[in-house]
Amino acid sequence: MNPPELKYTKEHEWARIEGNVATIGVTHFAQDSLGDVVYIDVPAAGAEVKQFAKFGEIESVKAVSDLFAPLGGRVAAVNEEAKKTPELVNKDPYGKGWLIKLELSDQSQLKHLMDAAAYTKLTASGH
Amino acid sequence: MTAQTTIAGALDRRLLMDRSVPGRVALTLPASDVPLQAAPSADLLRKGLDLPEISQLDMVRYFTNLSQLNFSIDTNFYPLGSCTMKYNPKINDEVASLPGFRDIHPNQPDEQVQGALRVMFELQHALGEITGLPGVSLAPLAGAQGEYAGLLIARAYHESRGDSARTVAIIPDSAHGTNPASAAMAGLEVVTVPSNAQGGVDVDALRKLADNRTAVFMLTLPSTLGLFEMNILEITKIIHDAGGLVYADGANLNALLGIVKIGELGFDICHSNLHKTFSTPHGGGGPGAGPVMVAARLAEFLPEPVVVREPAAAKSSLSATSHHGDAEPVEAHHGAKPYAFAYRLSRPPKSTGKISGFHGSFSILVRAYTYIRSMGRDGLRSAAENAIINANYIQAGLKDKYALAVDRYCMHETVLSAKRQHARGAAALDVAKRLLDYGIHAPTMYFPMIVEQALMVEPTESESKETLDNFIQVMRQIDDEIDRDPALLHDAPHDLPVSRMDEATAARKPYLRWQKSG
Amino acid sequence: MTTVNHPYIPSTDSERAEMLRAIGVRAFADLIPDIPREKRFPKLDLPEAEPEPVVAAAMAAIARQNVTPGEYACFLGAGAYRHYISAVCKAIVSRGEFLTAYTPYQPEAAQGSLQVAFEFQTMWCLLSEMEVANAGMYDGPTAFAEAALMACRLTQRQTVAVLDTVDERFVEVIRSYSSHKGIKIKIVDSHNPALPADAAALMVQNPNVYGAIEDLAAHSKTAHAVGALAVAHVNPTSLGMFKTPGESDIDICTAEGQPLGVPVSYGGSYVGLFSCKQAHIRQMPGRIVGRTTDTKGRTGYVLTLQTREQHIRRERATSNICTSTQLIGLMVTAYMATMGKSGIRQVAELCYQKAHYAAVEIARLPGYSLPVKGVYFHEFVVKCPRPVAETNRELLKRGIIGGYDLTRRIPNGMLLCVTETNTRQEIDALIAALREIGGAR
Repeated sequence: MNPPELKYTKEHEWARIEGNVATIGVTHFAQDSLGDVVYIDVPAAGAEVKQFAKFGEIESVKAVSDLFAPLGGRVAAVNEEAKKTPELVNKDPYGKGWLIKLELSDQSQLKHLMDAAAYTKLTASGH
Repeated sequence: MTAQTTIAGALDRRLLMDRSVPGRVALTLPASDVPLQAAPSADLLRKGLDLPEISQLDMVRYFTNLSQLNFSIDTNFYPLGSCTMKYNPKINDEVASLPGFRDIHPNQPDEQVQGALRVMFELQHALGEITGLPGVSLAPLAGAQGEYAGLLIARAYHESRGDSARTVAIIPDSAHGTNPASAAMAGLEVVTVPSNAQGGVDVDALRKLADNRTAVFMLTLPSTLGLFEMNILEITKIIHDAGGLVYADGANLNALLGIVKIGELGFDICHSNLHKTFSTPHGGGGPGAGPVMVAARLAEFLPEPVVVREPAAAKSSLSATSHHGDAEPVEAHHGAKPYAFAYRLSRPPKSTGKISGFHGSFSILVRAYTYIRSMGRDGLRSAAENAIINANYIQAGLKDKYALAVDRYCMHETVLSAKRQHARGAAALDVAKRLLDYGIHAPTMYFPMIVEQALMVEPTESESKETLDNFIQVMRQIDDEIDRDPALLHDAPHDLPVSRMDEATAARKPYLRWQKSG
Repeated sequence: MTTVNHPYIPSTDSERAEMLRAIGVRAFADLIPDIPREKRFPKLDLPEAEPEPVVAAAMAAIARQNVTPGEYACFLGAGAYRHYISAVCKAIVSRGEFLTAYTPYQPEAAQGSLQVAFEFQTMWCLLSEMEVANAGMYDGPTAFAEAALMACRLTQRQTVAVLDTVDERFVEVIRSYSSHKGIKIKIVDSHNPALPADAAALMVQNPNVYGAIEDLAAHSKTAHAVGALAVAHVNPTSLGMFKTPGESDIDICTAEGQPLGVPVSYGGSYVGLFSCKQAHIRQMPGRIVGRTTDTKGRTGYVLTLQTREQHIRRERATSNICTSTQLIGLMVTAYMATMGKSGIRQVAELCYQKAHYAAVEIARLPGYSLPVKGVYFHEFVVKCPRPVAETNRELLKRGIIGGYDLTRRIPNGMLLCVTETNTRQEIDALIAALREIGGAR
């Protein structure tokens, strides 16, 4: 269920690394616990984010969750489609429901992220 | 609601703008009786004005039909926890609409509104007496505003003592969301203290948190679990020893009328929701009133206005010791001695200031005052006792079927947990929605957040034993339905003007006003 | 256990005894073991219960201690306004199904209240020509203060510029709402509004504290030039005639809803009207009702965008408010609907006509003048030959409640308000009385 090629945080974000660019989204587990996602608030392209710092918010009908950046860098792109149609996060969290793309500032930060197996174990233990 | 059930599909939900027919009117006004005045230049004037054009009967019918889509206290049992949906006496509304109250202007000088000020003064006295906190301002327009006013008072108190490092509000994890929201507005940092297994404040954790940065500890009493805090005297002492103040969220004051005075337990500040404890109508979500009460040493910080009585004036008729019926103390009427007055609006010396346009929710204050007179001191205590008995009666009648958040005698409300029902496939939400089919309003759900599948039930003293018995029976029957026919719950409500609503689409694509295209 | 039989408490002694048995306790006191014994059952210094006929008579007697507009001609405004309220509105508002319902948390059982709130939002948008509105705030001044906080959130700035023609009572409410958030208030000159570069908002009152019409469009430009939002607090009745905030590029518009069908009631309960541009909606405080469909595709209404609110976002909420003052919102909705397209316009024009007739005539009286230049709506300042308090006492002797004392701004300045409820006869009596009082000097 959690794609093996991605990296994960304990706050339920994922990162797909392609060269120096990381695509960021929330995991299946996150979208499932939130329920129907209705709103996504992420910074515009050009903004700087720090690893593990809050970079945005995701809302369902009756909950708000902070988004934490798996990696630091500059926002290179925002998924305008998902902002307009937030249900994409529910329907396709690892695909069309991505949130932002980051130009990475420091590849070595990758070592602080989990692989799919570790993340799956984390969510199975009820966190 | 039965009659509508059969015609629900044909229910005409069109908005007024879609019913509008050019040329129709619901009211006409007399023509101008003064000589024609020069109009302002055209560039200052608005161009079009789009508002409905409807006949008078269609207007009355539209709103009357809408009203019938509501559950209300007047039509349904409404056991909504923490909201105290007690009977709203009709005399209160009648009194509030007396011309002498309804039509007086807030900018009239004090000497012209002695009756209004007397009502406010005596209501201040009554609330001070009931809570044991004698400094009272009726200015706050709702519970959340009373709470905010209380926090402003706490801040002003600390600052007046040069103790400006006190910027932390300690709040239990079971607290209502307004507590942290109001604390944030008052510029306080929110620190959460956990609850113990019995539903009370974790005293050891509190002791560790209380220090020289503590401005205020905010506690709902009884708690949102419907429990009286078992260590209350110890808790208020911990906070006072640390130099902080203790704030009571008075949302649940109905349980304490004549049973215990908050001020005698060590609380320094509290607010009261008059629309809960003192029977003023909720109006479908306001207006409320949220007077703030404080210990005598904090009275100088109260928001304005506070009504004071000039020395040597008449005695309060809302005082047992000085009760002389309703001899009118001052002849402020129609000229005879219009300027000899007894009551006036005042601004306390170190007031935290004005928090709203005028002097408070006056039409609500009049209703609450009328209620207190109607109840009297023994009636108020009886209300609290009956509210507590009724809640415990429901708890006793349901505890074998529904888990209790905490298995102790409750105060005015009982917090059930639908976790067993949830395990069998029906969430608290489903139980609550199914209750609607039986003509009973849903309890408060999923609050407090620390209780899994919470259903908070507050019957109030207004309900008869038959109503409570019926509720118990319905709740037991719903529990049976989970195994017999779970769709009855999952698809509930079945018999109301609408079924469950698509709230996700409402939030994703906000449609917030009538649009021409429809 | 007390044995009071009271009409509001149905349980009889025997029923209570039966219920206590079912609970498994002998007496009521067994249910409250956690309340410290020495603190229980305090004496309350309150009188005995009074039966309804006694209460009714007593309250009527207290009400008569007030000097009541209606029995007296009244020319007071300054934040609260007397207008005719149709019997239709009163009948609608007294429906128990509206009056005694709670906040519509269960949309299936509250479609009446919800649809009313949607109508309220609609009509306030139509009247102000703003894009979106919430379902109501406590009152006008608190709505205005919340608008200041909202502008600070939107601009991430901490200075609120307030035009010097805004009522100082409103400024004080803004201060109460903002002082602990590190927000500074700067009063700016209305003739030459120089805004600080870090201004979050320019706050304007229209008509202003003198009753005069402001150039909202010009103020919007001034605000936008420094990246601030333009916030206007308007008299809603004036919108029956005058250019709207929406047309003037205002970002957030608030108003006291009272003039739209709400009795003056000594200042409350009222309702605050709040509307803004669509783009700012997620920072708007208060309850919002939206349209959607149910599982069977039927149209209905729900509370929406609730993640802004305190019960979800707690200390990070847009506001601590948890009411929409729905019942007063219903009064406003019923009023706007009943007055309708022609009535709202007609009320505004009647106010304008009568106020101008009064002003022109008073200005002709020896010793009286109109010190404030500019276009006004239904309020205007009169400079009196004698102190306002004294003048008002003399007026009261003649059966007239005079104007609002604006001496703090203009020596002997009286703000008079004339609405459609004031007859020609009343206005002429006021003019005659002022002549007499002024001449008696």
